[in-house]
Amino acid sequence: MIRLGIDVGGTNTDGVLLNTKNEVICSTKTPTTKNVFSGIQTTIKELLASSAVNVRDIKIATLGTTHCTNAIVERKSLNRIGIIRICLPSGTTVPPLVDWPEDLVDKLQAKTALIHGGYEFNGSPITGIVRDELIETVELFRDSVDSIAITGVFSPVLADQEKEVAAFFQQELPHIPISLSSEIGTIGLIERENATILNAALKNVIKHVAEGFEQALVNESIHAKIYFGQNDGTLMTNVFAQKYPIFTIACGPTNSIRGASFLSKERNAIVVDIGGTTTDIGVLANGFPRQTSLAVEVGGVRTNYRMPDIYSLGLGGGTQVTLEDSAWKIGPESVGYQLPEKALIFGGETLTVTDVAVGVGMMQMENAQEEKLLSIPTQEIYPQIVEMVEKAIDRMKTSGDDVSVVLVGGGAALMPATLKGASRIIRPEHAGVANAIGAALGDISGTCEKIYLLENRAHHEVIEEAKQEAIQAAITAGADPDQIDIIQLEDFPLAYIPGEAILVRVKVAGPLLLESVK
Amino acid sequence: MKWLNEEDIEHIAIGASVLGTGGGGDPYIGKLMALHAIRKYGPVQVITMDELKEDHWIVPISGMGSPSVLVEKIPSFEMLMAPLLAYEKASGKKIDIVMPIEIGGVNSLIPVAVAAMKGIPILDGDAMGRAFPEAQMVTFHLDGLKPELVTIADEKGNTVTIEPADGHWSEKIARSITISMGGSSIVADYGVTGTQAKKSVIPGTLTLAKKIGEILKQPRNGAVHPIEQMLTLLNGHQLFRGKAVEIKRGIEGGFTRGKAVFEGSEENNLDSCVLSFQNEHLLAEINNKPIAMTPDLIAVLDEETGMPITTEGLRYGARVIIVAFPANERWRTPIGIETAGPRYFKYPYDYTPLEILIKEFVPS
Repeated sequence: MIRLGIDVGGTNTDGVLLNTKNEVICSTKTPTTKNVFSGIQTTIKELLASSAVNVRDIKIATLGTTHCTNAIVERKSLNRIGIIRICLPSGTTVPPLVDWPEDLVDKLQAKTALIHGGYEFNGSPITGIVRDELIETVELFRDSVDSIAITGVFSPVLADQEKEVAAFFQQELPHIPISLSSEIGTIGLIERENATILNAALKNVIKHVAEGFEQALVNESIHAKIYFGQNDGTLMTNVFAQKYPIFTIACGPTNSIRGASFLSKERNAIVVDIGGTTTDIGVLANGFPRQTSLAVEVGGVRTNYRMPDIYSLGLGGGTQVTLEDSAWKIGPESVGYQLPEKALIFGGETLTVTDVAVGVGMMQMENAQEEKLLSIPTQEIYPQIVEMVEKAIDRMKTSGDDVSVVLVGGGAALMPATLKGASRIIRPEHAGVANAIGAALGDISGTCEKIYLLENRAHHEVIEEAKQEAIQAAITAGADPDQIDIIQLEDFPLAYIPGEAILVRVKVAGPLLLESVK
Repeated sequence: MKWLNEEDIEHIAIGASVLGTGGGGDPYIGKLMALHAIRKYGPVQVITMDELKEDHWIVPISGMGSPSVLVEKIPSFEMLMAPLLAYEKASGKKIDIVMPIEIGGVNSLIPVAVAAMKGIPILDGDAMGRAFPEAQMVTFHLDGLKPELVTIADEKGNTVTIEPADGHWSEKIARSITISMGGSSIVADYGVTGTQAKKSVIPGTLTLAKKIGEILKQPRNGAVHPIEQMLTLLNGHQLFRGKAVEIKRGIEGGFTRGKAVFEGSEENNLDSCVLSFQNEHLLAEINNKPIAMTPDLIAVLDEETGMPITTEGLRYGARVIIVAFPANERWRTPIGIETAGPRYFKYPYDYTPLEILIKEFVPS
């Protein structure tokens, strides 16, 4: 069996084929095209041309893509949304979309309904669902929305009402997809509702991506099962991705982190992915990217669904170095993919980070005109570049101890043999396409995030319950029940509620049960 | 008389995070409530202490309970109004002006939403000059005033009117009612006349929060660092610059109590700073010696952006600047120290003012 992995980034589309032992058969890097699919097609063609694989052996094809992120940022191809908030009598002082950028609100042409319902923090209902309100809402939505987002008060504690409302709409408007907030975000109604609305808005986009990817495979006579990379570094089936397109956002950096883990055999390390324009720094915790616990903005909208904890620096191979007030300034502007014509060593006019690395002898480049660098004090500038990365590594560490640092990405060679704070530096083979490898490999995950009250229950009992729920979710998504590991287990106390309420967050993951792809 | 617009609300939210000293609830939801109320009902008039008339009837309004509940079960407009209506009914007097009970965190902006809806002004002042976790930690209490009347409402249409014996009982009873209401409520208490307000209220704090927000939000053009400008405005001091290396949190009696340990950067090398918090930051120690303590204010700011970080948002690796500024003189009196000093929060120190601790401090 062969796995095909493709990662579409802002600059490059990377592809890789892996054999049954997950060894790299071949890999490619091509510029990302405006119509993303032609780049994907090129990648698949190149992979097949440079290897002797039999297309019938390619059973799994995974795609990590920036389509959804771009759609939100560019406000393109988004669905018309029906927003239901199950909250009355609460919630009226902050209706949906209050804090959204205006141009995005215009695109959604939202129809909004606040209806009765919601739960207290302990799961007791504030009030029940009112049937007449549902009937009214159906009429409001009929023929004017393509996708529905449902958010209920304290649905992370109990999701029954959200499901009840969803079932009603499923029956009345059977062709309209529904997104439930309890399956997407955590406590913090506004941020969770925002993420759910964004998810609903991406339904067309993800459908188009899946169809395009399938077509690109069929064009090469590949009949593989399709998976999508998601932003916790695991895979989701196509069916799952159609329900939760928002989980593809920020999957690029997590693919790199997963790929770095696999290539370096490290399960706990800092991963530094240096590209042409930016350096993304993430943390491997038990083999998976660490998540952030803070609200994250997506296209100007504040959300609280799980996102990787990534620190981005404006530093890459094409980053410009300028002299300002007799001090050397690194970036943030970059010549990006124009490095081969703009850099000094290639006869260009711009001093770049790559020039500096070549000047100090850290990198060798073919046809480099090194005499161009004679007037540049590269020995003085280079330590500044290194220090930027060292500071960022320090920021992402979880303790004062030195850690292993895995360098990946096209710009990994810019870095010296040692870095402050690094116990050792690993530069794995195929580091340039770590992201495509990460996409190809992905495990299947399951999560559980709930509030529990410890009034009449033991701490270990609720933790066990949350674990089992996460494990069940992973099995349902296609993970091998015999190989599931717990990769994250945290609980946080909720302030000001006597009676000890805790928020428990569990994530488990395991490899694909391969029977499911036979 | 001034008016608050949408931009002012953004600035107050940032300033309220600084004055919230790490606690007081995330002002974000309060900001959204205030913004939406202003869009719906029009801008809010701000009345200064100098403009108060003796017979004005001023009632503080605030949210009580868990910030985690407030951000999930968001108040309704009826819930914002109910405590005021009950207050008017029980006192037999029409409310002229609302005011924030505290200026730190979410409660700086909830009264703005109320003022917009009721169409009455908000007072430029509060009863803490910061955020504190308990209801009796207000200047009215320091002046021996009792919250003779307290009204509490939830979103379900429940309104409770109590006549507590004193501030401590008010806190106890109101909190247990809040819990039975589902963990968050809107409270009106300590209604005062203009004459009493002039005695007890800390003036200008709403404007102060706005100014802090304006300073921290301004573009960096290199002249004077925004944090420097803010410290000048607040007579504050930079205590420490470094990185969070350990955060311990636990729950005690419904409050998040914990410690955050910071490691110094080059300029105070080898030093370590420990912050102790109970929702708010209450004690800062450098090399095991106290350098700032409650009721003085301690705030943690992101080194890069200058934006305040809450105790909940603080994580390992955060590079921060820790600052402190003196509390209002009202808190530095014997009763102020008894009410909200270090011993009340079970820290083993007698209160020493920030400026004295700074002067006595000898770096290692």
